[in-house]
Amino acid sequence: MNLAERSFITKLCQSCGKDPHRLMDIIIGVQGAYARVSGDAMNLIAAELGLPRVDVESAVSFYQFLSKEQKGHVRIRLCDDIIDRMYGFDRILKAFSEELGIGLNQTTPDGKFTFETTACIGMCDQAPAALMNNVVVTNLNSDSVHDLVESLRKNLNPEQLVKKTGNGNNSHPLVRAMVQNNIRRRGPVIFQDFTPGEALRKGLAMSPMEVIRSVKTARLRGRGGAGFPTGMKWEFTRAAAGDRKFIMCNADEGEPGTFKDRVILTEKPNLIFEGMTLAGYAIGAGEGILYLRGEYTYLLDFLNETLKERRASGLLGKSILGKDGFDFDIRIQLGAGAYICGEETALISSCEGLRGDPKNRPPFPAQKGYLGYPTVVNNVETFCCVSRIIEHGAGWFAEHGTKGSSGTKLLSVSGDCRMPGVYEVPFGISIHELLEMVGADDTYAVQIGGPSGQLIGRADFQRTICFDDLATGGAVMIFDEDRDVLEIVQAFMDFFVHESCGYCTPCRVGNVLLKKKLEEIRAGKGEPSDLEYLKSLGETIKATSRCGLGQTSPNPILTSMAHFPDAYLKLLHEDKQGYQPTFDLDEAVATAARIAGHGRVHHED
Amino acid sequence: MSKPKIATASLAGCFGCHMSLLDIDERILDLVELVDFDKSPINDLKKFTGKVQIGLIEGGCSTDENVQVLRDFRRHCEILISVGDCATQGGIPAMRNTVPLLECLEEAYCNGPTVYNPSGAIPNDPEVPLLLDKVYPCHEVVKIDYFLPGCPPSADTLFQAIVALLKNEPVDLPYELIKYD
Repeated sequence: MNLAERSFITKLCQSCGKDPHRLMDIIIGVQGAYARVSGDAMNLIAAELGLPRVDVESAVSFYQFLSKEQKGHVRIRLCDDIIDRMYGFDRILKAFSEELGIGLNQTTPDGKFTFETTACIGMCDQAPAALMNNVVVTNLNSDSVHDLVESLRKNLNPEQLVKKTGNGNNSHPLVRAMVQNNIRRRGPVIFQDFTPGEALRKGLAMSPMEVIRSVKTARLRGRGGAGFPTGMKWEFTRAAAGDRKFIMCNADEGEPGTFKDRVILTEKPNLIFEGMTLAGYAIGAGEGILYLRGEYTYLLDFLNETLKERRASGLLGKSILGKDGFDFDIRIQLGAGAYICGEETALISSCEGLRGDPKNRPPFPAQKGYLGYPTVVNNVETFCCVSRIIEHGAGWFAEHGTKGSSGTKLLSVSGDCRMPGVYEVPFGISIHELLEMVGADDTYAVQIGGPSGQLIGRADFQRTICFDDLATGGAVMIFDEDRDVLEIVQAFMDFFVHESCGYCTPCRVGNVLLKKKLEEIRAGKGEPSDLEYLKSLGETIKATSRCGLGQTSPNPILTSMAHFPDAYLKLLHEDKQGYQPTFDLDEAVATAARIAGHGRVHHED
Repeated sequence: MSKPKIATASLAGCFGCHMSLLDIDERILDLVELVDFDKSPINDLKKFTGKVQIGLIEGGCSTDENVQVLRDFRRHCEILISVGDCATQGGIPAMRNTVPLLECLEEAYCNGPTVYNPSGAIPNDPEVPLLLDKVYPCHEVVKIDYFLPGCPPSADTLFQAIVALLKNEPVDLPYELIKYD
């Protein structure tokens, strides 16, 4: 480590007040500047923050975007999810590999490029996509790969790849991304004009309890997918004892196929921040944190600018809108590529500068959250709803949607349809209606709620999107007849195995076993008894895992087995002789035969 | 009615499980009242005489010959039982599973401290069984109906389990017989 790096790190630590809870900001900063967090850097950070070195190394090793090894100047991360796989992932991977002359997870000898894949980056409506450092490149094809790499070779700055910026704020000077919003349908709640301060002014005229009562009367439920009543969560947090309280906004939109928060963050950041501020007022919190997934780093400057404007307008900071005693401010915490951090307790861990491991519950964040203080964690969309409820009234909000699920829901639609993008629809819409709206004519299967949700077939298309029927955090992936159901399921299991934090055994080991069995079945080595095995193993993982990841990761297998039994049955056969189909004798002796120089041996029983 | 038949084999094992079976002492007289021995090292019968009711397998699969014997047992036995830790888990022979096969063979035939092998060749006679890439427990090669763990399972365990199976009664093994730590 040279002197410049040493002084960079020291300054960075000082700018974070040498606060160990800001470890994420520091290691992300070092990674950004030096394309690695070296052992020496870890030692220095540990010394500056007064942490044991192992705590720093533990965090660095946890997050996919951070690394101890030197990465290239340009880190190309190709998005790997089922939608990208449907639209040419394999071809593009091969094209990059050939252009760069390296395989996956390798760095070119000149240190210019590192080539990797990454889980869904929230661009399924413009897939295939990739991250080049923090720059998003969309609509890739095997032809464009050559030009991209050529252009990067000349000048190692991915930002020059953005020739034409996307619509809306994607063209904002602080964003400058080629990303498109693809807002296909604007509903009454999220995608209408909003004047910053409008809701806050009305909210501050009410008492905090009245604000909570409004949210309850509106019957608002959490938009992240689980649907917990927001007002109740706030009430618990307000009632909990604590010198400090916190508001957290979960913008770690990691569920593959979900990208609606990305569009809200781009177009309606004030609606989010205003909702957070109202929440702070309602529960008596002074600080808010928006946890932004590392994949959306390109929005960071823009969001910070929005916060700055809000401070300048008196909508954040001391005595907000002249209300004495109401001080509230928001900072943005960047993530670094970990799906699990979308789980609220893991998100809190990450904000505290720790590995993104989930915490035991109880205590729930409402009692003991960030740094042990009572904390509200809500989804991006939930905070937007709060702003509108206070702006237009609880009654107005509750008129939309259904009785059990009031308001509208943003859906991120991708896959086999003519108009992928973001749709704001009232709760209670049926899958049939939705498919018609998005231009999907020949749909065979729909994945609702991303991999952790469920895969349904035609028999269920009359069902409706709401918390009482098909609950969803917003992902809707559409598949036509010619798609292989088990390939879809396989992609989801690959994802969960990769993203499991490894803390508890059912999730760490169980998902690998599920994935292995599925691979065997796809390879034609499955037997009818495997279905019972998958079912009982899947139920065990769901029942015994520590957090939401393992409690939902068997869903792709369990729901596809329930709704598409033929996809499995046609591949299964019983071995009449009682042999294990998974054991291949020729394969097992191949090495020994080669060593002995026998050539291939044929075994007849 | 003729007596049910039993067959036994030792694959990649040490014959300890068979020794344990002989350790039932005079109860072997009770056993032969209940069963006839078919293919087994105990009577040195090399080939199956026909279908048998119970097969006991000691040892896991380390070579292609082990696999062939095991599959032969699976085809002939109505009920196949993995006996002992090698059959159920791979056991001591499976310690080679962490070492690449070529390194195993080189250590055994070329580099080992007591090896005298001027030609430096690894045996390649077609008559010598080929090693598998790793040692497999029996249930990864064929379907296994029951498992009797232990290294070896004690004589009492074996005797009581076989008798219970033959009499179609539940096995009632006392705690001491199935406690291994």
